[in-house]
Amino acid sequence: MTAVLRTEGIKKAYGGVQALNGAGISVDEGTIAGLIGPNGSGKTTLFNVITGYDRADEGQVHFAGQVITNAAPDKVFAAGLGRTFQLTRIFPRLTVLENMLVAAQHKRQQRHTVRQRAMDLLEFVGIDRHAGLLAGSLSYGQRKLLELAYVLVADPAVILLDEPAGGVNPTLINLIADRIRELNSQGKTFLIVEHNMEFVMGLCSTITVLESGAAVVSGPPEMIRSDKRVLDAYLGADLEEEEPDE
Amino acid sequence: MTRDSRPWLVRAFLLVLLVAAAVAFPKVFTNPAVTNYGVLALIFVTVASAWNIFSGNSGYISLGHAVFFGSGAYAMGIAARDWNVQGTTVFALLPLAAVVGAVIAVVFGLIALRVRRHTFIVITIAVFFIFQLAAFNLRSLTGGSAGLNSPFLNWPSSGYNTPFYYIALAFAGATIAIAVAVRRSRFGLQLRAIRDDEDRARGLGVRAMRVKLTAFVLSGAITAMIGSIWFYYINQVEPQTGFDPLFDLLVVLMAFLGGYGSITGPVLGALIIEPGTLWLNTQPQFSGGYLSEILLGAVFLVIVLFVPRGIVPTGGEWITRLRTRGRPAVVPVAAGAATAGSAGGAAAASAASPAGATADAPPASRASKGGAR
Ligand SMILES: Nc1ncnc2c1ncn2[C@@H]1O[C@H](COP(=O)(O)OP(=O)(O)OP(=O)(O)O)[C@@H](O)[C@H]1O
Ligand SMILES: [Mg+2]
Repeated sequence: MTAVLRTEGIKKAYGGVQALNGAGISVDEGTIAGLIGPNGSGKTTLFNVITGYDRADEGQVHFAGQVITNAAPDKVFAAGLGRTFQLTRIFPRLTVLENMLVAAQHKRQQRHTVRQRAMDLLEFVGIDRHAGLLAGSLSYGQRKLLELAYVLVADPAVILLDEPAGGVNPTLINLIADRIRELNSQGKTFLIVEHNMEFVMGLCSTITVLESGAAVVSGPPEMIRSDKRVLDAYLGADLEEEEPDE
Repeated sequence: MTRDSRPWLVRAFLLVLLVAAAVAFPKVFTNPAVTNYGVLALIFVTVASAWNIFSGNSGYISLGHAVFFGSGAYAMGIAARDWNVQGTTVFALLPLAAVVGAVIAVVFGLIALRVRRHTFIVITIAVFFIFQLAAFNLRSLTGGSAGLNSPFLNWPSSGYNTPFYYIALAFAGATIAIAVAVRRSRFGLQLRAIRDDEDRARGLGVRAMRVKLTAFVLSGAITAMIGSIWFYYINQVEPQTGFDPLFDLLVVLMAFLGGYGSITGPVLGALIIEPGTLWLNTQPQFSGGYLSEILLGAVFLVIVLFVPRGIVPTGGEWITRLRTRGRPAVVPVAAGAATAGSAGGAAAASAASPAGATADAPPASRASKGGAR
């Protein structure tokens, strides 16, 4: 398998804080990859650098055979890379449905087809009842779902999700996981940042652990689970307790 | 996607009624002093709607639309003078005004639209002053401070205003129609997404610069055309009337009074403010201009403080509240009530920009040498 998304030696400092310190990750085409790490380890910053919302001080981002280091967000999207935000970024003064249509508008499709697809996805995440409401009136969890839905309707080849399960109810988390698997089986690639270990371990085929802005380990879930460094640095006793369940 | 629940039949009826009233106006009021109010009000309905197509949708508050208005007037004046165009053939020059407005908007936009919010506002003001200075100083082209006279229109003086009234009405109608079309289009949706979160929109494939620039050019071209109509109508243009520092404050005031970003808001605002200021200027106790300017400033403050979202949205809310009478509302109404808070906050945020702009205003109005209009 070939890497569709790869970063090399990304460095990014905010004043005195070295948010990224040589971060290198690699995501194979057609996989679901995970990115985990303690709070403040630079996961969101890495997403921001990859998608053009922040500039890297050093390093390179390769995507689908191109170098997209520090490309503007619209260029990155045009190349086939879409994302969600940990702290959601929806369009508060557009209706929920309009939010979906903004995301869908780059496709040359019949108006009603786009609309139907948008409504289907809203129904899937369970907020179709609110289609006519201003998105600014949604709760945090609903915003999270809206953001997921509109990235899905935008339909990029590779999707970066920053904590898709945060603030979402457990039943829906499972539904989202199912949906991601289904889309993945149709060829979509995912890179997911998530603190919900069950979600990540169950979904991802490769997991990279970020610590202090650098990748410390990368491998399949079983390996990450038993890696001494990861246990010490991040997972702590939490996972060891969970392990007997499986 | 309107949140208005009135059936379309009622709305269509109201629209027909409004159009009929607008068409009948000069037939009922034949007094030229009254039709003059009508012509100028319609000119400003056009300007405010054109401004709103760009600023209301994109959230970029332009305080430089006088650049287009004045350039349209000057372009006509210069072309008519240099090519010796006379009589009603002058109207054939209107497309030229549109082109001039569009070209200026492209250059202006490519510079100003790189920056956002307050910086954008400041740049539009700066560009405005460059144009006013140019009009004063490029004497061979613009006639300097004496300005230009419009070509002679050999229309009978008795009903002179009437054709202008209908021309302005046609422009106002067309501009409102364009505003509605933009509102309903993908393009309009992209503009409003840019208003809410430009970077997010870009991350979803919206080519922000292209979209903003298109709206700016559309808005500028319309404003330039109506500027040239205004020039014919009042027969002359001078640097301080064509490029009037109060112009943009008035237009912003109109949009905010009526309801910034809505279609009807700027129309309503123009219909209130323009006749209002005209009337104030004819009152002897206000002559000299200062008092009417102070009054305008006061109106601005009142709007920003009490109806920050404008008459149309606020009125709509009151009606909704009256209808539901505080009962726990059904879903769509809950939307209105629930969003009132957040949208209010957003409006307050955007209101902050023009409020900031008023802080820049005093030197601007002083430069106008008092009551240019
Ligand atoms: N815009 C910014 N300005 C200053 N510092 C920043 C900025 N963004 C991130 N940082 C800092 O960079 C470091 C990495 O932050 P980042 O948000 O990438 O972490 P994260 O791994 O996503 O954490 P979390 O799991 O809590 O979301 C933190 O120390 C943070 O304070
Ligand atoms: Mg984060």
